[in-house]
Amino acid sequence: MLAKRIIPCLDVKNGRTVKGINFEGLADVGDPVELGARYALEGADELVYLDITASKEGRSTFTRIVERVADRVNIPFTVGGGISSVDDAAALLDAGADKITVNSAAVANPYLISEIAAKYGSQFVVVAIDARTIDDGSWRITTHGGSRLTDIELFEWAHRVQSLGAGEILFTSMNHDGTRSGYPCQTYAALASALDIPVIASGGAGSVSDIADVLTDGRADAALAASIFHYGEITIDALKRQLAARNIPVRL
Amino acid sequence: MIAIIDYNTGNLRSVENALNRLGAEWTLTADPEVIRRADRVLLPGVGHAGEAIGRLRESGLVEVVKRLRRPVLGICVGMQVMCRHTAEGDVEGMGLFDTRVRRFHSQPGDKVPHMGWNTISNLESKLFKGIEPGSYVYYVHSYRADLCPDTIATTRYGAAGQMFSAALKYENFYGTQFHPEKSGDVGERILQNFLKL
Repeated sequence: MLAKRIIPCLDVKNGRTVKGINFEGLADVGDPVELGARYALEGADELVYLDITASKEGRSTFTRIVERVADRVNIPFTVGGGISSVDDAAALLDAGADKITVNSAAVANPYLISEIAAKYGSQFVVVAIDARTIDDGSWRITTHGGSRLTDIELFEWAHRVQSLGAGEILFTSMNHDGTRSGYPCQTYAALASALDIPVIASGGAGSVSDIADVLTDGRADAALAASIFHYGEITIDALKRQLAARNIPVRL
Repeated sequence: MIAIIDYNTGNLRSVENALNRLGAEWTLTADPEVIRRADRVLLPGVGHAGEAIGRLRESGLVEVVKRLRRPVLGICVGMQVMCRHTAEGDVEGMGLFDTRVRRFHSQPGDKVPHMGWNTISNLESKLFKGIEPGSYVYYVHSYRADLCPDTIATTRYGAAGQMFSAALKYENFYGTQFHPEKSGDVGERILQNFLKL
């Protein structure tokens, strides 16, 4: 049986792992390669590295980190942050990334998804979708870390990125991200049944129960989290054992 | 020396890195002489199997591979092109494994590609020495090989629990549908077993 995946996410700035609470007040939680290797050893099923550096020097530092991760880690990993062209994606593929993730740039230019997918395959393209609810309760896409609201409806966009060739969707509710109050499971379940590609849940996990809920009621294929792992509140191994005890299929 | 066959099949870096972690010496090559002399041959592959077999045929490598007598390991699409036929492009393969490769017949609720960690069972080869049945390996594929007498490991996927060939063996030829180079410690052990065959 296909296992539900647990994916730690590492935000990288100037060569170091950082985690922001609502993207502010960054705290340094270590060397990204060492941290990723530790997570792999603890049973992470994949890793995600996001480059949150804005500068050009930061980009080349990040590419070197991707190379080091590829040398060191024996599980798949995804990289993203600032990918806005096929060339950006190609450089990260060459550095050893298994998948890339695109977000704001895909909203600005949806054909970026189809161009990358046509060249490197759908399995290489994870489309990250950040959305929040508006007054009438419907979901709208946001870009630039949630700071810009668009008028694109969530399910419309999810269908579109799937038909453009996305291999997976990484959906974050900006209503929940950073609040540690759990995931919007009904919305996840609706996405999972609307789509033929896997959905990764992100943003909002405060407890093991939250993660268990989104993998069962929310029908998510994977859960991505950062702070609960970085600050050592629970190890990945302990989390997966608790999920297994709830009859959720995980790789132990 | 391990020869990794280079036939423009996309990124081979993860295979190279995995061999580096095992301390193995390898060379990336399309030279028939180097391939014939190698102790072990790896045939990786990502992308479209029909196109992959076309490129191997054009470069004359199909006949080179078929005549090898040392252990050969095909990975993912590399395994699929070693089968008799693949539905991806509807083309004849090398015919080393007596089976056909078909697209997953997806039931409602199943996702294709089959992507992520799944278990291997019915392990019947030295390739799996020290590997427990039920161990998890990493998959990314939409086509899979039917069960056949060459099957040396199986995996189930989907609501209907379809069973397919996770790995195949015929004489000195081996193939895995999963990616040992991305399958954590289990995958590393399988690669190590292949190097020690």
